[in-house]
Amino acid sequence: MSEDISHHENVTVEVRDLRKSFGGQEVLKGISFKVNPGEVFVIMGRSGSGKSVLLKHIVGLLRPDSGDILIDGQSIEEPGVRDKYRMAMVFQSSALLTSLSVGENVGLYLAEHQLKPPSEIASIVARTLETVGLKGLENRSPGELSGGMQKRVGIARALVVEPQLILFDEPTSELDPLISVTIAEEILKLKNHTHATSIVVTHDRDLAVAIADRVAMISEGRIIFIGTAEEIERSADPRIQQFIHAALTRPKTH
Amino acid sequence: MYRNIGQIMILFWQTVLVLPLVWRQRRKVSEQLFEIGNASLLMVCILALFIGGVLALQTGPVLVERGISSVLGGMIGLSMCKELAPVMMAILIAGRIGSAMAAEIGSMRVYEEIDALLTLNIDPVKYLVLPRMVAIALALPTLVMFAIPVGWIGGALVCDFNQKIGVGFDSYFQDLRQVVEVGDVFNGLFKSFVFALAIGIISCHQGLTTRGGPRGIGRSVTKAVVNSIVLILILDYFLTRFLLYVQK
Repeated sequence: MSEDISHHENVTVEVRDLRKSFGGQEVLKGISFKVNPGEVFVIMGRSGSGKSVLLKHIVGLLRPDSGDILIDGQSIEEPGVRDKYRMAMVFQSSALLTSLSVGENVGLYLAEHQLKPPSEIASIVARTLETVGLKGLENRSPGELSGGMQKRVGIARALVVEPQLILFDEPTSELDPLISVTIAEEILKLKNHTHATSIVVTHDRDLAVAIADRVAMISEGRIIFIGTAEEIERSADPRIQQFIHAALTRPKTH
Repeated sequence: MYRNIGQIMILFWQTVLVLPLVWRQRRKVSEQLFEIGNASLLMVCILALFIGGVLALQTGPVLVERGISSVLGGMIGLSMCKELAPVMMAILIAGRIGSAMAAEIGSMRVYEEIDALLTLNIDPVKYLVLPRMVAIALALPTLVMFAIPVGWIGGALVCDFNQKIGVGFDSYFQDLRQVVEVGDVFNGLFKSFVFALAIGIISCHQGLTTRGGPRGIGRSVTKAVVNSIVLILILDYFLTRFLLYVQK
């Protein structure tokens, strides 16, 4: 591992007046917030509100039109800053490499950066898969696994990095409620064991309540609320109330 | 278009810069080599055999009529090694391997696998482009080395067995040996090396710039193959001029 890599176990993330447009349409309209070290910060919002775009900016996959993202006070636009910190992202689609086995996916970071010898990588992979409840599945192909299992492999791949900052994009989407509970437990376990700073993007209200230290609500490219899960429940903002208490009801028939 | 050319040149340069790291990617290079060789060797031999045969069939009777059938061996020999083997094999590889490269990298782009690599600080150029470029640059000249003699044999078979031509194996290969020099074979191998780089970089670039789901992947595959073939034929002209100039 590079000697430049920071050894702080968790980091502060600050987003300052972030703006981004695609094809003339402004998706992020001046987003600002600060995530404290070791905190689980949940960003909620409706589909298409700009949550995933925001996450991709934080991890460096997209560059902002204006504004800045600071990690421990340093802009990720500055050369070398992004590489200084161990970051990982759990994708909504899991984004496992289908040409590799489950074990190779999980050990990819260590193998490609030649951080450990192959035998040690194999034991780390086995241990990490066991942590996420997928013991002995190293040689399976990602395509043979269910959506929930793939998501847990994605989490295992992120865990191997020993991240200081971990980002989750819709970790419970397309999963049944029981697996969603498991995923929430994994996120909390990660918080307690590694003390990594976590940013979770979701539209799952129950997940947010279960794991969040603080919740931010994003609507039409703007942050409209930041507070604890209890505070958001008590918010008087009709947009928040509508989102939090939205429920399917059977249409009345005459 | 100019933007794409610029992007391709930058991607090529980035690949050159990570070339010293190729030993680390040796497993992926050998996987790709096996993929290209295994998928194409039989097809290359069949294609070369028939190209040599058709060449003899088209030119043989005309040359016999004019009483210069003795030049058949040399003519087919030169045509195969300097032109037809490198160009036709490059077109075949563009269709078979260039399309596969664009499709594989394109689907990795669409299904966020490349984003996943980036978040793990893994450079897609080093991880995806470099092994494919090295493999195709080694594989295509190797396939052409097979195609050239097979094409000669195809021509010889037609010359010998076609009653309108009737040039025997001995006189065919005697003329071929007199006319074709080792330099001519290297000429063809050099061309195929350049074509391989063109196919590899265009296909990888198309894959990496894929947008918009399965339809986007289809578009990238088509563009990779068509652009590769067009570039092969354009490059062929300039390479031929260059090699003629060098050989003077």
